[in-house]
Amino acid sequence: MRTKKGKLIYNLITFGLVTAAFLICNSMLQSGSMSRTLKGQLVPICAWIVMAISLNLVIGISGELSLGHAGFMSVGAFTGIVVSGWLLNGFQVENDALRLVIAMVAGGVAAGVAGVIIGIPVLRLRGDYLAIVTLAFGEIIRNVMNCVYVSVEGSSLRLGFINPNLPGTLLLNGPNGAVKVQRISTFLAGFLLVIFTLVVVLNLINSRSGRAIMAIRDNRIAAESMGINVTKYKMMAFVLSAVLAGMAGALYGLNMNTLVPAKFKFDQSINVLVFVVLGGIGNILGSVISATLLTVLPEVLRAFSQFRMLVYAIVLIVVMLATNNPLLRSWFNQLTAKVKGRITGRDGQTTKGGGAA
Amino acid sequence: MMFLSNLLGGISLGSIYAIIALGYTMVYGIAKMLNFAHGDVIMVGAYIAFCALQYWNIPPLLAVPLAMLVCTALGVTIEGLAYRPLRQATSLAVLITAIGMSYLLQNLALLIWGANPKNFPSALITLPALSLFGGELKVPGTTIVTILANIVIMIVLTTFTAKTKLGKAMRCVSEDRGAAELMGINVNRTISATFAIGSALAAIAGVLLCSAYPTLMPTTGSMPGIKAFTAAVFGGIGSIPGAMVGGILLGIIEILGKAYISTELGDAIVFAVLILVLLVRPTGLLGKPVHEKV
Amino acid sequence: MSENSVKRHSTTKMVPVPSRSIVPERDLGRQPVLECHHLGIEFGGLKAVDDFNLTIGRTEIAGLIGPNGAGKTTVFNLITKVYQPTTGTVMINGRDTSGMNIVQASKLGIARTFQNIRLFSNMTVEENVRIGLHNQIRYGMFTGICRLPAYWTKEKKQHQRSLELLSLFGMQDMADVQAGSLPYGAQRRLEIVRALATNPSLLLLDEPAAGMNPHETEELMETIIRIRDQFQIAVMLIEHDMSLVMGICEGICVLNYGRVIAKGTADEIQQNPVVIEAYLGRRKEADA
Repeated sequence: MRTKKGKLIYNLITFGLVTAAFLICNSMLQSGSMSRTLKGQLVPICAWIVMAISLNLVIGISGELSLGHAGFMSVGAFTGIVVSGWLLNGFQVENDALRLVIAMVAGGVAAGVAGVIIGIPVLRLRGDYLAIVTLAFGEIIRNVMNCVYVSVEGSSLRLGFINPNLPGTLLLNGPNGAVKVQRISTFLAGFLLVIFTLVVVLNLINSRSGRAIMAIRDNRIAAESMGINVTKYKMMAFVLSAVLAGMAGALYGLNMNTLVPAKFKFDQSINVLVFVVLGGIGNILGSVISATLLTVLPEVLRAFSQFRMLVYAIVLIVVMLATNNPLLRSWFNQLTAKVKGRITGRDGQTTKGGGAA
Repeated sequence: MMFLSNLLGGISLGSIYAIIALGYTMVYGIAKMLNFAHGDVIMVGAYIAFCALQYWNIPPLLAVPLAMLVCTALGVTIEGLAYRPLRQATSLAVLITAIGMSYLLQNLALLIWGANPKNFPSALITLPALSLFGGELKVPGTTIVTILANIVIMIVLTTFTAKTKLGKAMRCVSEDRGAAELMGINVNRTISATFAIGSALAAIAGVLLCSAYPTLMPTTGSMPGIKAFTAAVFGGIGSIPGAMVGGILLGIIEILGKAYISTELGDAIVFAVLILVLLVRPTGLLGKPVHEKV
Repeated sequence: MSENSVKRHSTTKMVPVPSRSIVPERDLGRQPVLECHHLGIEFGGLKAVDDFNLTIGRTEIAGLIGPNGAGKTTVFNLITKVYQPTTGTVMINGRDTSGMNIVQASKLGIARTFQNIRLFSNMTVEENVRIGLHNQIRYGMFTGICRLPAYWTKEKKQHQRSLELLSLFGMQDMADVQAGSLPYGAQRRLEIVRALATNPSLLLLDEPAAGMNPHETEELMETIIRIRDQFQIAVMLIEHDMSLVMGICEGICVLNYGRVIAKGTADEIQQNPVVIEAYLGRRKEADA
């Protein structure tokens, strides 16, 4: 896996799978054989995939737990909605694709700025403290979003804080969020954003900067001794992740008629965390697959929707125990070896107990 | 007078935070982990007390011990099933497990008691309100009970850790787990005992919280839980008096912030305090600095 | 083979310099690579290192020895700026390092290995060396993400340089092996290669021979000398294996209870009664 050839194959499989999935879904869309619920889920799936990859960049590659990623998504979503509405009402930009692209870039930039502001204090902390402070920032963002009012009058934006009385067309309405949003996100745009995200993250991992980030994760003191600027590279991962989350947010927001700040509660950060954990921490392809499955399944199995969060909770606990407890891990390794042995017809006993560390 | 009444409200809320923060601070000091599910143990405690009073017709004086008993068992079970197997794991893995546990408790509560908020009965604390300054300042009975409970708990707990054998064992384990083990201290049992005490306190906090704010939901515990962790960090994690000071200060900041700055931004103010404290004095008001060994 | 290395050290003439140290005669008149002046650090009132003075010549192989807990690794941590000294200064290549951090010290030309190996164990051997090359062969984040032409040329350079450095220890064939799965001795050697990759002028080795068998130690001694000769750098090492210290170190500094108790050549140190006492205890006590 870690060898050069292994990495190349891994990247090819990742891009191949995503493209194949897109082509299949697209042809199903064209022939009209896709169910209505699934159709509605296509863009959100792309957004959640990007969110999962973005969080995996922080957790898996940079080795820090961020619990406020929904906050960045929220910043991106509402910035995207405002920019799109501004372009439409203020400058009569009728081209949906152009508006979407600009909105996504703006959403990414806004979330990136938020990432810088939050990252400066947060990245000085470590471990549990860092996690809890990202959570705190996520909540602060939601609190602040509840107080933001934006309207467009002519070609200029009007901003209000805790003050709902603004002239012109209201774009953001405090706790009521955005209403009558023009839905301009498309499945193609979502697919392209996923590809873009994959290119950025996978290329980063296999570059000087990516190696520096992973070195800090593996051994901070050793990395510093090699002359690696810890703050700079932690910041790089964190802000890049925020930018991607913001773009996902813009895609997600412009796919909704209405969107309230309460949508991006702490629960959403946990949802994305579940995608990352189930897909494998540090495994980008895993994040893509688990984000897809966990977004589609609850829609398909609506009867069990009340058990969804319960199952998520159990997933978090079981995966963590299975991958981190030496005893359980070697037991799991034996089990998978046995299954592999069954499939390939070879004896699976040879690789037992490899994981005790 | 308005200010005084707000201040009292702050101290009362802060006392609840302080009691919850004790659970965080003891567990963090000894097991070096952030027990994210602690806030949800509060919620379970409140639900048990609620059921005891509302459905099972248990006298109020017995309802609280019952809730404490259930929470103690719950805390010890959580520790044994989910946290103990991860003693050697990274803090990232432990924290994710704890978050999973928090969601497990919330969603189990959702299945058992439903999503509709329950109105917590006021029968538990029947102390009449105290009138001061010729009736200008009314101090509710719950406020008095909460503050008193906080003081009693602090005194008992401080004596406990200083004087008893188990208390000393706890301090040993929090200083150096390996050395404590070599001295013949059963580390697992000591950590279990810490979870037991923290969870019992959580039950008390749950009852007090819901007596003051009677809306009971599966998510009731999560926000106060996070805020109480903030309080524990504020006061200096691992320190019992720190939890008290941090909790009360945080309660006052929250109530005054909501009253005089902005109701919408109340939570944001509390979290801003957390961030400021961690940046300016990461070891908290009463905490000790730690060195990393190279 | 060991004859060779012992001969080398015995031919070195050491001469005194200010700050009560000695450096090889060949390094006289050149800027010393390291000067420590009255260096000291306290941990909660305990003086872990006190009034530490040392000068190391440009191409010297220096040894830092002393009983367990004497403060040897603390000296390394002070030189590399993991700790900030309570008193005194560290000069690297003539530059005062007061207020600098680990990264700045590394950029001044200090590289180190660790007593308890700190490799990036999830990465391959080559990637470990490439991280050492971080500040030697550079390109930015955007170049990496957009795969600009510079990315390909620099990556190729990094690859070639990594293999070159690995071949110092004959490890070029292990480039794709995961670092954590290497045998113990190879991990120690990889740490040295990784440190060398940062192009240091002073290489600090913290117990490089720990866990090695006599044969491996012998090879290590030769390699340290070869590295010094080839790269023209200074090496300072902490070691408990006296055959290595006495075999290759030109100047030796002995620490006990955080204080320097002796400085000199291998012969002088071996004869020094204070050193013998520190290691073996006073004769009276030994008898009692």
